[in-house]
Amino acid sequence: MGGREANVVLLDENGIRSDGRKVNETRKVTIKAGVLKNASGSAYIEFGGNKILAGVFGPRDVHPKHMSNPDTGILRVRYHMEPFSVSERKKPAPSRREIEISKVITEALRPAVMLEKFPRTALDVYLEVLQADGGTRCAALDAASVAIADAGIPMRDLVCACAAGKAADTIILDVNNEEDQAGQADMPIGYMPNLGKITLLQLDGVLTTDEYKKCIELGLEGCKQVYEIQKNALREKYFSDGDNN
Amino acid sequence: MTNISIIDKLKKTKILDLLQEGKRIDGRALNEPRPLVIDTGVIPHANGSARARLGDTEIVSGVKVQLDRPFPDMGDKGIFMCTAEILPLAHPSAETGPPQPDVIELARVVDRGIRESGMIDLSQFVLEKDKSVIGLFADSVVTDHDGNLFDTCSYAAVAAIITSKIPKWEMKDDIPVLIENQESDAPITTIPISVTMGLIGDFIIVDPNLDEWECLDARITITTNSDENIVALQKGGDDGFTFDQLVKCSETSIAVGKEIREIIKQATGANK
Repeated sequence: MGGREANVVLLDENGIRSDGRKVNETRKVTIKAGVLKNASGSAYIEFGGNKILAGVFGPRDVHPKHMSNPDTGILRVRYHMEPFSVSERKKPAPSRREIEISKVITEALRPAVMLEKFPRTALDVYLEVLQADGGTRCAALDAASVAIADAGIPMRDLVCACAAGKAADTIILDVNNEEDQAGQADMPIGYMPNLGKITLLQLDGVLTTDEYKKCIELGLEGCKQVYEIQKNALREKYFSDGDNN
Repeated sequence: MTNISIIDKLKKTKILDLLQEGKRIDGRALNEPRPLVIDTGVIPHANGSARARLGDTEIVSGVKVQLDRPFPDMGDKGIFMCTAEILPLAHPSAETGPPQPDVIELARVVDRGIRESGMIDLSQFVLEKDKSVIGLFADSVVTDHDGNLFDTCSYAAVAAIITSKIPKWEMKDDIPVLIENQESDAPITTIPISVTMGLIGDFIIVDPNLDEWECLDARITITTNSDENIVALQKGGDDGFTFDQLVKCSETSIAVGKEIREIIKQATGANK
C-alpha cells in the first residue's frame, strides 16, 4: 500500500508468511477481562504484538451537559496510542488518525450496546494502545466489547474484529505490521456474529470484486475465532470457580 | 432542539413510507445519484481547481504544487495530501474552530481513495531522492451543504488534480530551481470515484441528500478505480451491513462510478 517497498518475503513457496503463519491463520490472541480496579469494566488484549488496555466508565453523568440525550445514553470512545507504542516516538496529543479511528470504533460498537436503557448518561470507553503491531483498531475493538460486557452493560452481541488483506497477490487473514507496510491491501472488519452484521469496515489497497468478497469472507472467519476467545475471557472471569458454563 | 427532532422524526417516517414504494423524497430512483456538475479552472491562482456541485451540495477544490521534503520512509516518492473544511457559510450548523471528527473523517476518506488508487504517479515528483520532492496539496472547502460531502469532495478534488499543471524544477548546484513556463500535465494513472450509499431499514440508497442523511442507519463509501477494482472502503453510522448488502453495494458502486467517471472525464478532458 502506498507503494512502500520492503526486502521481506511476505509469502514463501510453501505458503508460509513472514511470521510463520499460514494464509488463513490469525496471530495468537489472548484476552483477560476485569484487569482494572477503578473502571466499571475493563479488558486487556494481546493480539500478536499488540498490547491494548480497555477501560469503561459509566453509565455516568454527561459532561458537558448539553451532550446528554433524553432518549438514550451516549457512547464516547477514545482510541489513543502511547508515545512508546511504535518504533518512532509518537507525539502524545491525539492525531487525525486516532480521531478517525475513535469515530469508526464508536460506530462499530454502538449497534451492539443497549444505550437506550440509560437515557441522559454517557458510557466512556478508553482504549490505550501500549504497543502497536498492525491491526490495532481491530484489537482495540475486541477489547472494548469485552470491557463493556465486563461492566455489565446490556448488549445485543459482542463485536469481534479481525483484519483480512492482500499480500504477495494472496488474500490473507489478520494482516501484521510488516504485511500492512509492504502488502497490497488491508481491510479491518468488525462483526456481530449472532446478528450477522458488519459494523466496522475499512479498506486501503486495490482489490478486484472477487478478492473483495473473498477478503470479507476470510475476515469474518477470523472474527468468529476471536469471538470465541472473547466469550472465554468473560467465562474465565465470571465462572472460573468451578462452574465453567 | 426538541422541535428539530420532531421534524426529523416526521421526515424520517415520510422517507421510510416512500421507500416502501421504491420512491425517494426528491423523486430519484434508489440507485440514482443527484445531477453532478463539474467546472474546472475556477481558481486561476491555483495549479488546478474545480467546483463540484452534486445536487445542492457544492465544494470547491484547489490544488497547490510546491517544493517539499519527502517523508523519511518514502524518499523516492513525492508528497500528496488532501484536506477538507466545512465553511461556516455552508450550513447554519457549521461552526468555525478546530476540525470536528466528522470533518477529519471526510478529509481522510477522500485522501485514502485518491492515495490508495495510485491516481497520481508520485515517483515522477522526485527531484533528488531523500532530499527534494514535489508536493501536491488538494484542499477542499464545502460552500453549500446538502448531504454526501464524501462524494462531492472526492469528485471536486479528483477533477482539480486531473486539471493540475505541474511546474518544472531542475536541480542546479544541489538547489532546485524553477524553470519558467514549462508546466506539464499531472501524472495521472487512474480516476478513482467514490460512491456513498446509505442504509435506511433494509433499503440501500445512493448519494443520500441531507434529509436522507439525517435518517441513515449506516452508510458506506466505496471507491473504485478506472479498472473497476475496489481501492478504498469506509463504513460509518450506527448500524451494520450484512455480507449480501456489502456485495450489492460493491456492484452498485462500480455501476454508478462508471457513469460519474464519464462526467468527470468530459469536464476535465482526461483520457484515462
